[in-house]
Amino acid sequence: MEQLKTIGRELAMGSQGGWGQSKEFLDLVKSIGEARSKAEEDRIVMNEIETLKRRITEPDITKRKMKEYIIRLVYVEMLGHDASFGYIHAVKMTHDDSLLLKRTGYLAVTLFLNEDHDLIILIVNTIQKDLKSDNYLVVSAALTAVCKLINEETIPAVLPQVVELLGHPKEAVRKKAIMALHRFYQRAPSSVAHLLSNFRKRLCDNDPGVMGATLCPLFDLIAADADSYKDLVISFVNILKQVAECRLPKSYDYHQMPAPFIQIRLLKILALLGNGDKQASEHMFTVLGDIFKRCDPSSNIGNAVLYECICCVSSIHSSPKLLESAAEVTSRFLKSDSHNLKYMGIDALGRLIKINPETAEEHQLAVIDCLEDPDDTLKRKTFELLYKMTKPSNVEVIVDRMIDYMISINDNHYKTEIASRCVELAEQFAPSNQWFIQTMNKVFEHAGDLVNVKVAHNLMRLIAEGFGEDDEAADSQLRSSAVESYLRIIGEPKLPSLFLQVICWVLGEYGTADGKFSASYVTGKLCDVAEAHPSDDIVKAYAVTAIMKISAFEIEVGRKVELLPECQSLIDELSASHSTDLQQRAYELQTVLSLDARAVASIMPSDASCEDIEVHKSLPFLDGYVQEALVKGAQPYIPQNEQSGMANISNFRSQAHHVPSTHGLRFEAYELPQPPVASRIQPVPLTASKELVPVSETTYPQENVRAASVPSVSETGPFELKLQLDGVQKKWGRPTYSPTAPSTSNSSSQKAVNGVSQLVQGTVVSQTRNMPYDSRKPQVEVSSEKQKLAASLFGGSSSKREKRLTSTSHRTSRVQTHAVEKSQMPTATVASTEHAAEKAPQPPPLDLLDLGEPTPGDTIPPLDPFKQLEGLLGPSDVSSVASSAVSVSKSSDIISQYAENPMSAVGGTVANMAPASFDYINLLSGLPNLANRDIHGGSAATHVAPVKKGPNPQDSLERDALARQVGVTPSSTSPNLFSDLLG
Amino acid sequence: MVGDGEIAIVASCPSIFSVVGSASLKFGDKAGDFHNKNAKMIHFVLLISRQGKVRLTKWYSPYSQKERSKVIRELSGVILARGPKFCNFVEWGGYKVVYKRYASLYFCMCIDHDDNELEKLEIIHHFVEIMDRYFGSVCELDLIFNFHKAYYILDEILIAGELQESSKKTVARLITAQDSLVETAQEQASSISTIIAQATK
Repeated sequence: MEQLKTIGRELAMGSQGGWGQSKEFLDLVKSIGEARSKAEEDRIVMNEIETLKRRITEPDITKRKMKEYIIRLVYVEMLGHDASFGYIHAVKMTHDDSLLLKRTGYLAVTLFLNEDHDLIILIVNTIQKDLKSDNYLVVSAALTAVCKLINEETIPAVLPQVVELLGHPKEAVRKKAIMALHRFYQRAPSSVAHLLSNFRKRLCDNDPGVMGATLCPLFDLIAADADSYKDLVISFVNILKQVAECRLPKSYDYHQMPAPFIQIRLLKILALLGNGDKQASEHMFTVLGDIFKRCDPSSNIGNAVLYECICCVSSIHSSPKLLESAAEVTSRFLKSDSHNLKYMGIDALGRLIKINPETAEEHQLAVIDCLEDPDDTLKRKTFELLYKMTKPSNVEVIVDRMIDYMISINDNHYKTEIASRCVELAEQFAPSNQWFIQTMNKVFEHAGDLVNVKVAHNLMRLIAEGFGEDDEAADSQLRSSAVESYLRIIGEPKLPSLFLQVICWVLGEYGTADGKFSASYVTGKLCDVAEAHPSDDIVKAYAVTAIMKISAFEIEVGRKVELLPECQSLIDELSASHSTDLQQRAYELQTVLSLDARAVASIMPSDASCEDIEVHKSLPFLDGYVQEALVKGAQPYIPQNEQSGMANISNFRSQAHHVPSTHGLRFEAYELPQPPVASRIQPVPLTASKELVPVSETTYPQENVRAASVPSVSETGPFELKLQLDGVQKKWGRPTYSPTAPSTSNSSSQKAVNGVSQLVQGTVVSQTRNMPYDSRKPQVEVSSEKQKLAASLFGGSSSKREKRLTSTSHRTSRVQTHAVEKSQMPTATVASTEHAAEKAPQPPPLDLLDLGEPTPGDTIPPLDPFKQLEGLLGPSDVSSVASSAVSVSKSSDIISQYAENPMSAVGGTVANMAPASFDYINLLSGLPNLANRDIHGGSAATHVAPVKKGPNPQDSLERDALARQVGVTPSSTSPNLFSDLLG
Repeated sequence: MVGDGEIAIVASCPSIFSVVGSASLKFGDKAGDFHNKNAKMIHFVLLISRQGKVRLTKWYSPYSQKERSKVIRELSGVILARGPKFCNFVEWGGYKVVYKRYASLYFCMCIDHDDNELEKLEIIHHFVEIMDRYFGSVCELDLIFNFHKAYYILDEILIAGELQESSKKTVARLITAQDSLVETAQEQASSISTIIAQATK
């Protein structure tokens, strides 16, 4: 049955002449549709590419043929294959005079080329010409291409024309010109800085479409600098008022809402303008209240506007009445059955609680429902909300939940994010040291390789410095509980490298500090770590350094250090290591062991990690050595900037930076060559070139012309003469050393690390089935556990008092929540089986024309255009078409319907196409398996992409720098200094 | 080795896989404020069938061909697996993807994290309504065989990742104007060629 419908559709297509495409192309599209696997599809496409490569270079192709080839190229590229061999033909097609071809050419190049592609330069000229065309359709096509293709370099080429088009009689052109300027602003704000007033002017355009388009650039401008647009507040409010009162043409209505998209843009702008500005906000109150009243809460678009209103109200100076309306809408969202609205409700609630934290309490149960929803998106949004409303009283519940969720997901990107949020919350609100350490252990255990290195260093610092209060006792308690817990888990397999580093460092610094554990015990554990991770140099380095610290502390207090046999073998192994860093550390450890207590105390003072290291930039302690050398007749040191020739070089360098900015592409015609006389007069005022006047005048006249025409580079003369020297200097010259450099480069490289670690992300593989599933049916009976959870999350004043109590109360509350989870388990399994049962009888895969959603009664909008589709085969019973049970009489009806179709027009091709399309449908419906396989492929790929912690040189350098910041021992970068000190 | 390759891919696609902040940090000089966090734009539009086949792709932010395949592969995995009652939004690598299913086709839009999802959902619907009017009750086959027409329509609705026209009538008028001009051009061409044919007879 469904197949028949498709045939009908194809026949209709055929009768339309296939929109001028050849049978060959239709066959290609069809065969790709029939492909059973990605591999087969790829093979078909590869064949097509070969064909196109051959055909497209043939001589005398008709333009019509060429157009089809280009569209086929677009198709190939859309399917993810490389069609770059044909780009140039698409570019050529934009040069064509016929609009039909030109449009195809522009479409193809905008789809093919990114803004930095080399071929763009070939299109600029055509675009320039087309922007001047009389035909507004040509101009529109060119402007569309401008928006996609013109990059920072080529903006000057088209800018004057685009600005001119702002006054074009056709509103479609004005609108596109505005969008083009907006794009220029995004690409290179400076290029259009002098044209910003145009946006203000266009705001008063007669055409609502142009006005609406102008709001896009204005939003960006206001986001960058709200203060200079405060005068527009009243205009925006007026426009919004008029729009809301349906003063715009009816054609802008959308589902009975007056121009909702324009309203939303205006609301976004008002939110920016009213932020922290009471006076501006007061202008908006009336119109916002009005919109709250007018919006249709039953339509999706009405809710979109309402949501934007809430955003606006929460951003501007608050008005109690508006906040009330906003809270009302929010609670309606949260109570809705639609997941979309719940999601928006959670987001809106997150905005409102910033202004009034009380708002959340009313919605406790709704929020918890969302938290336990099987929909991952909703769950994450809810975690975001919880993150925003964390306070000391509920931190334990929230962070526990977050960690549980973090463990359950595979999406590395989100895992990283939620891990760093856990860390942040734990640092900020930790109720007790023990809890803090335990939480950190959990986070590191499960997401250790994903969290930022900085987070680990932060943790070390926190353990070293304590929570900021000057309470030595509490700090040392924190340390000893950390040491204790680390010694407990250190033996566990598969701990992430970063976590091991933290453990080693803490054990090294504080392992023996409270005297609970003997040095040999801790050292033994550290040796085990180093042994268990033979391939991880960083962990080994941390372990060895920790052993060195422990031994040093022992020596300092005068105890004799007996090296354990495994420790000795570790040292022996590392002394022969391939890593010079490890070798260095091993030798250092050996040396330290042989020193006396006084020397050790000066190189390894105990608990000195928090002390600031002072850097003597002038290296005064070397003065004696220098003096001695000078006496012996050494050359005195000349500071780098005073060394001969250097001063000039730096000048040149600054010039070299200067010159490229004037290079760039030139789009205006070259100036007419000036008569030689002029060039001879011009150089005289160039003071810098005086010394080489004779040379330049005789042999380089053309250079002088250039210098004269570009006065800003008047010093090009000497620069070019000494160019050689400059190059040599760059290559061979002494690298300049500036003592402040490390710290600055340090911070920037940290950011880079940050970026890298966040780059990694993966697919969301829905794990939702594992989650406790609580149906979203109206809360007939709210379980007492849930109420308890709510109380612990949202706990009002009572729980706030509770937090003042000792940590035991916290522990009980945690036990409670565990109980909650446990008691929910049975219901969860029941629910999930129900869920599965619900899924099982789903109808078989739908065909192309079947529009019935698999489950009735969800978010089909009232005006579904596709509803009419079912009428394609005649107005016979739609529902029976959708359900595959079709009576014989009906199908015969439909066949007769086909008979009435203009078959004769299609002729013989019908017979060819009919069986093929039968197959097509069959194959398509067989494909879900393939889709599944693709999914697995995707997730498999992400498994292979963990953050690499290998011995990347830059990484280790950075880590080194960081390590030194937090007070870890010297490393391979300063070995000489170290041995000098030891004498 | 495979892992290395994967990392290289990930590292070379700043626009989608990194958070907005670090992207602007890294590419700030090149693209100006392009990635600034206030710019709210649609990064791409994607039409995929229930079987995961690509029906239409339009990229408003720069992506290499490799990144594009990766995006499509990952997103179709995420979106096709979602239940019918779930929200129409997916958080995805620092961005959000709003999708809606029409018959066997999924319309997806990638937007910035703090944009209005419901609005984008309606923009998708707006697009579909216009196509419906143009094709006369549109179906997937229309898009399969006439994807370039769909591109022309999309170009009139979205430009540079922003909604440029919210009036269906205006869009329809422009598209018809283009089509009629194309038709007259075709007629002219054919009449000229017949004249030539007759003359050369």
